[in-house]
Amino acid sequence: MSKKIVEQEKRAFMTGNEVVAWAALAAKADIMYGYPITPQNEIMHYWTRMAPKYEKSFLQTEDELSAGFTTIGGVMAGRKAFTATAGPGNTLMQEPMSMAEMMRLPTVVVVQQRGGPSTATVIYSQQEVTMTSIGGNGEGMRIVYSTSSHQELYDYTIKAFNTAWKYRFPTFVLGDGYQAKMRESLTLYDPEARGIELIPPEAYVGKEGVPGKDRPPAHFRNTYNMEEELYELVMDALQDYEKISPDVAEYHSAGIEDAELVIVGHGIVYRAIKAAVEAMREKGLRVGYFRPVTLRPLPVPQIKELMASNKQILLMESSYGQLARLFKDVAYGSSTKINTFFKPGMGITAEEVEAAAREILK
Amino acid sequence: MPQSWRADTKPHKFCPGCGHGLVLKCLGQAIDELGIQGKTVFGCDIGCSLLSWDFFNLDSVQTHHGRTTPVVTGIKRARPELICIAYMGDGGGYSIGVQHLISAAARDEKITAILANNTQYAMTGGQMAPTTMPGQKTETTPYGRDPETTGFPLHGQEMVASVSREEAYVARGSIANLRQLKSFIKKALENQMKEIGFSFVEALSACPTNWRTNAAETWDFIEEKMPVYFKVGETRKNE
Amino acid sequence: MNKTTKIVLAGEGGQGVQSVAEIIAEAANEEGKQALYIPNFGVEQRGGVSVAYVQISDGDIGAPKFQTGDIVVALSDRAVRRTVNYAGPGTTFVYESGIEGIESELPQKAGRILPIPAIDVAKNEFHPRVFNIIIMGAVIGATGVIPLERAKAAVEKKLGYKFEKQPKLRDLNFKAMERGVELVAEA
Ligand SMILES: Cc1ncc(C[n+]2csc(CCOP(=O)(O)OP(=O)(O)O)c2C)c(N)n1
Ligand code: SF4
Ligand SMILES: [Mg+2]
Repeated sequence: MSKKIVEQEKRAFMTGNEVVAWAALAAKADIMYGYPITPQNEIMHYWTRMAPKYEKSFLQTEDELSAGFTTIGGVMAGRKAFTATAGPGNTLMQEPMSMAEMMRLPTVVVVQQRGGPSTATVIYSQQEVTMTSIGGNGEGMRIVYSTSSHQELYDYTIKAFNTAWKYRFPTFVLGDGYQAKMRESLTLYDPEARGIELIPPEAYVGKEGVPGKDRPPAHFRNTYNMEEELYELVMDALQDYEKISPDVAEYHSAGIEDAELVIVGHGIVYRAIKAAVEAMREKGLRVGYFRPVTLRPLPVPQIKELMASNKQILLMESSYGQLARLFKDVAYGSSTKINTFFKPGMGITAEEVEAAAREILK
Repeated sequence: MPQSWRADTKPHKFCPGCGHGLVLKCLGQAIDELGIQGKTVFGCDIGCSLLSWDFFNLDSVQTHHGRTTPVVTGIKRARPELICIAYMGDGGGYSIGVQHLISAAARDEKITAILANNTQYAMTGGQMAPTTMPGQKTETTPYGRDPETTGFPLHGQEMVASVSREEAYVARGSIANLRQLKSFIKKALENQMKEIGFSFVEALSACPTNWRTNAAETWDFIEEKMPVYFKVGETRKNE
Repeated sequence: MNKTTKIVLAGEGGQGVQSVAEIIAEAANEEGKQALYIPNFGVEQRGGVSVAYVQISDGDIGAPKFQTGDIVVALSDRAVRRTVNYAGPGTTFVYESGIEGIESELPQKAGRILPIPAIDVAKNEFHPRVFNIIIMGAVIGATGVIPLERAKAAVEKKLGYKFEKQPKLRDLNFKAMERGVELVAEA
C-alpha cells in the first residue's frame, strides 16, 4: 500500500499549482503526463518531486497532443491519469479530448487559463471557457469545474477524478494564472478520512483473462461507418449526459431573493463579485450574486429561475463573452436584460464590480 | 554591431551570458556578408528565441511554439525569391515541432533552419528537453535525467541529416567557436540562395540562468560536456 | 468585522519585494489568518518593476488584485510611478526617501505619506543585504497585521539554515526588522 499523502488535516499556504499536485496525490492519481507551459509548470515540478516517494509516475511528452493521448492511454490501462495545460497547449489538447469525449474516457485535465488568443500572455484570463467546455469536433460532453480559490482547487481536483470515473466523461478543472501562481491559505485533508469515497479506476484494456477464451475481447473505436450508427451512439451519450447533468451541476448564490440586481460570474472573478456584493449589502444596496461552479453542464433550472425572476442581471468575466454565450443559451426566452462587463485577459477587482453595479442601479 | 541588427532594440532582452545573442550575432554577420538584408525574412519560435522578434532590421514573424518551420516554409513556397530563416530552440525544433523540421528536411524545403540547443526548455523555467544530458537536473528531472525512463539526449542534427537529401547542408556549430559557427550559418544561407536545397545549423548554446552556472561553469559545460554527446562539424555539405 | 488589509509592495528586481511579501503573508497564515500573496509575473518582467500584492484578513479574501491599498510601499522612482494609482484617502504611502526628485510625483490623494531612509539605514547601521528586512519591519509597523514575533519566526523559518551557520546573522536580521518598525513610527 502506498503511503497517505495527508495523514492529518493541516493548514497550508502554497501556490495553486502546488495545491493541484497535492490534490492529485490525495485523490490517489497514479500517473501524470505533461508538457511544459506557463502558468501550469509547477504542477509538474511538484509532481515530479513528490510522486516518486509515493510510487507514482510521470512522463514528459513531446507536446500536448501527446500529453492528451498518453493520458487517454493511462485511463484505458485502468489508471487514474491526468495532465495539466494552458492556452495554446489547451488548443492542442482538444484533439485528444474529443477522442476522450467520443469514447467516454475519464481523463482529468487541469487548465490554468492564460491570455489569448495564440501565445499571448502567460499571466491570466478566462478565455479558455469555450474551448474547455465545448472545444473539439464534438458536442461538449464534458464536465468543467471552474474554481475560485485554493481550497476549491484542492476540493475539485479530488472531485474531478471521482466525477470522471463515475460518469465517464472527460473532466476538467478550470483554474487560471492567478490561481496557479498566487499563494493563499487552505486546509489539506485526506478525502477518505472525511468520508469521501474514492472511486477506483477500472481497466478498458489489459484486463484479466485471455480475450476470446475467458472473456470477450475489449474492442474500442472512435470511427463509424454509417451516419445512423454514429447518430445512435452520440444520442445515447447525450442522453446520459443530460440525465447526469442535474447531479453534476453546482452553483453558489446569495442575496437573490430581494435583490434588484444579480451579478453573475465564475472562477476567480466570482471572488471579486462576492466581496463587492457583501460590501454593497452593508451599505444597504439590494444586490446578490449567482456563480456557476460547473460551466459544463451549467445549473440550468437555477439559471432559468433566476431569469424568470425579473431582476437586473450583470454578467462579468475576463473574456469577451465566453461565459455569456453559454449563459444566454440557457437564458433564451427570458425578457430579463443581461448587462455585461467584459475584460478579456484582465483581472477584475471588487472595486470595478461595485462601480459597474452602481452604474446599473443608478 | 552587425548592419542587419536593429540598433534601437539593443541592448537585447536575453539574460547576461545567454547563447542566443551570440548565435544571432553570427547570423547577423552572415547576412551582412552575403548582402541579403533586403530580401530576407526571419521567423522565430516560442522559447527564448521569441525575444528576437524585433532583433533584426529584417521583416520578422514570431510564430507558435514549434511552428516556425511550417510558417517559414509557407512563406518560401509562396515567394521563392525570399531568403527564409526559421530560428528556434531545441524544444521547439526537436520536441513539439520535430515533425515539421523532419518533414521540411525530407521535402528538401529551400529554407534555412537554425536551432539553438541549450539542453532544456529555458523560457518556461528550465524543464527537460530531448537534448538534456544524462544526470542533468532540470525542473522535471529534479533527481537528474535518468536515461532508463526518459531516454538519451536526442541527436537532432544527425536525425535531420539522415532524412535530408544529398544537396542539403546540415551542420552543428557552437558558441564556443563563433568564427566556425558563422561560417556554417553562411554556408547554410548560401545553400538556400543558390536554390540548392534545405539547410540546417544546430548551435550549441548556453543558458546560465536555468543551468544556474557561473561563467566558468557555463563555458565548461559548453566546451567540455556538451560536445561529448553533440559532435561539432558538418554532417552534410554540398561541395 | 471582516476587514481585509491590502498591501502593495513595489521595487526593482533584487530589492526583495517578493520575498518580503511572501514572508509577511506566510506569517499571517501561521497566525491563523487568511492570507493571499500574488506577484506580478510574465514574459516581459525581466528588467521591469517588481510588484507584490498581499492581503490579510480574518475572513474570506476577495479578488487577488485590487485598486486601492491600505499600505503601498515603493522603493524606487519607477516603483513610485507604478504604484501612485493604488493610493487613496485611506492609504499610507511609504517610500524610500533616498529617491531623488520624486516629491512632485508622490500620490496627491494618499491619506499619509511616509518617507523612510531604508537604504541609508541598511548601509550605515546594518548591511545592505538586510534592506528588505527593514522594509518588512516597516510594513509590519505600518499595518500592525502581524505581531513582530510572528514575523521573526517566519524569517527564522526561511533563513534558519543560514542562521545556524552564522548566528550573528539572526541578530542582524531581527534588529533590522525592529529598526524598520521604528522608521515608520518616526516618519
Ligand atoms: C503549444 C505550446 N505548448 C507549450 C508552450 C510553452 N512553451 C513556451 S517556450 C517553451 C520551451 C522553449 O524551449 P526551447 O524551444 O528549447 O527554447 P529556449 O527557451 O530553451 O531557447 C514551451 C514549452 C507553448 N508556448 N505552446
Ligand atoms: S533563460 Fe536562458 S536561454 Fe533564455 S534568455 Fe536567459 S539565458 Fe538565454
Ligand atoms: Mg532550449
